[in-house]
Amino acid sequence: MTAVQTATDTILEVSDLKTYIFTRAAIVKAVDGISFNLRKGETLGIVGESGCGKTMTALSLLRLVPKPAGRIVEGQIVLNGEDILQKSEDEMRDVRGRQISMILQDPQTSLNPVFTIGNQLREALGIAHRENKSSMISRAVDALRKVNVAAPERRLDDYPHQMSGGMKQRVVGAIAMSCEPGIIIADEPTTALDVTIQLQYLRLLKEIQAETGLAIIFITHDFGVVARMCDRVAVMYAGRIIEQGDVRDIFSRPAHPYTQALINSVPKLEERVDRLYSIDGQPPLLSNLPEGCRFAPRCPYAADQCYEGYPPSYQLAEAHHADCWALDPDWQGTQIEEFIPPTGSAG
Amino acid sequence: MAAVTTTPEASAPATPQPENRVIAGLRVARSLPVIPLLVLIALLAVPAIFANQLAPHSQRIGVLDDAKLPPFWISESFEQRMVVQRADRNRLDVEIGLSNAQRKVERGEATIITGGEDGEVNPGDTLRFLSQKGGSMEYPLGTDKQGRDILSRIMHGARISLLVSSLAILLGGGLGTVLGMLAAYRGGKTDAVIMRVVDIKLAFPSILLALVLVAAIGAGFTTVIVVIAVLLWARYARVVRGEALAIKQQDFIDRARVSGASNARIMMRHIFPNLVNTVVVLATLEVGHVIILESTLSFLGAGIPAPTPAWGVMVADGRDLITTAWWIFLFPCLAIVLTVLSMNLLGDWLRDKLDPKLRNV
Repeated sequence: MTAVQTATDTILEVSDLKTYIFTRAAIVKAVDGISFNLRKGETLGIVGESGCGKTMTALSLLRLVPKPAGRIVEGQIVLNGEDILQKSEDEMRDVRGRQISMILQDPQTSLNPVFTIGNQLREALGIAHRENKSSMISRAVDALRKVNVAAPERRLDDYPHQMSGGMKQRVVGAIAMSCEPGIIIADEPTTALDVTIQLQYLRLLKEIQAETGLAIIFITHDFGVVARMCDRVAVMYAGRIIEQGDVRDIFSRPAHPYTQALINSVPKLEERVDRLYSIDGQPPLLSNLPEGCRFAPRCPYAADQCYEGYPPSYQLAEAHHADCWALDPDWQGTQIEEFIPPTGSAG
Repeated sequence: MAAVTTTPEASAPATPQPENRVIAGLRVARSLPVIPLLVLIALLAVPAIFANQLAPHSQRIGVLDDAKLPPFWISESFEQRMVVQRADRNRLDVEIGLSNAQRKVERGEATIITGGEDGEVNPGDTLRFLSQKGGSMEYPLGTDKQGRDILSRIMHGARISLLVSSLAILLGGGLGTVLGMLAAYRGGKTDAVIMRVVDIKLAFPSILLALVLVAAIGAGFTTVIVVIAVLLWARYARVVRGEALAIKQQDFIDRARVSGASNARIMMRHIFPNLVNTVVVLATLEVGHVIILESTLSFLGAGIPAPTPAWGVMVADGRDLITTAWWIFLFPCLAIVLTVLSMNLLGDWLRDKLDPKLRNV
């Protein structure tokens, strides 16, 4: 990646996106005003605990928030210069798959059990290409070869249950990339795979990215994966991005107490610990958010100010922002301790 | 031969597709359930199609003189009874009333073995008479009360049963499948409305519903099909909805949506193929149910009108003669049992074939 990015490189710009789920009892603010952008060929990691709105963010980008309860209430999602929130459902179908695609968590159920791999690949490829059968078959073989499936010609006639998890996830990847989308959202694609397969799969994604200039939004809770995969990181907490920046900045100089705590909670090989580090308390209910900073009730530095209003975003480096009152020049409370980057965690 | 080797297509590396298909076809053919299929073909398909050519007798018009003839292997039998003034009802196997005996002798049906020197029948004489007419190959499975050939009627009945069950299942099953899928896929109000109608339907006594429908539209072939379809769809809707709900949760549906598939496409291309299994198995199991429903309706006079030889009607006809002319009800019964059993076996086989996980085992 070149050091200087021009504005035209941006293919996705999300601003002030709010996705709420309206239940009978309350309004769940799953995504509550997040902004980020994505450049061509870049990998953005979205990290956070379970239930902090990561997947909802991904679904919002595809406009597939579960209806009728879920709704995007505010914001803009500009994809390739067009606001997709203004598009009709018919137009959205052309966007999905062709411009933005998604790899889901569980490869075991991501493939239709009653069709062969070849059949499903050909179907996906058929969205972009309408050709005769034999040329579709050779396209399918190419697609499988691209994701390093051995003997792709023979694999075409296999049913999903005849493949291993890692193999299936590669097929799912091949299907997601079949229409050459500019962006792929990978929602914890390696969670269901074992560690060696994880590594292979991540390498494969990287290779494909280098070849095609694909932008990847990588949703995960695994900081090791983030360090390996991402160029930039957005840390989500309770529906908001509380810190985002270059992966190096985030790992070496995390500014937000939550980010620091998250990085600290990754166990290190070098140290012998009796108890794993954890953050006290629970994330707030998205249906009943505290006023002010959402992390305040669990934050060791929290002062009165933190409970009164949500902090503005403070710029720390060129593309490094964090939402925390303690970063304010007029901050009266305890200064955030100098962060000592843990060795070895950023593998 | 030279032409074959020089064509560019033949020398180019061929895709493995065609060869595999032949092999797969052979494998399927070898695993076919032979006996159920043969039974179905012999019992249902062939008679249903060729009833007009194959049936030895008319399905509707009988010869009254030949009424209640037994099947061919039963030969005629005689019995001897002693003539008494008034026969004791509990001793009818050995006694015969005087007037009855006189009538038989007059008609030449009985001969006097002992006594009867004066040419008259008196109490105390022993009578020998025909108790059972013999069967013949003329009517291989015997005849019914009206002297109609049972074999011919079973053949024609096969046509009725096949038509009624396939049309009714197609109609009812199709409706139920579509509604069940819609309910599962759309959820919310659609689901609530469809499933409440299903609940109401299932809570309704089905015979009552059938009779009301028949009274409303009038008995006949079409009515029977419509009525059975109305009785069937709810069960389909419920089973299909359950299956579809489970399938809808799977990631490949999300993946289809992510790659821009429309709702109709997701339902037809992704959910339905996963349901085929269930629907087909349910259909084969319902064949038995439908044949029995049809005969129930016929029995109640709400089915296919009388002279048409539906199997159900034939069973109902033979019901009151079970002790004396058992063949009238037994053969149609056997036809029903064999058909239903074969259908179920075929359904089992289909279920295994349609499930990719069981296909190669």
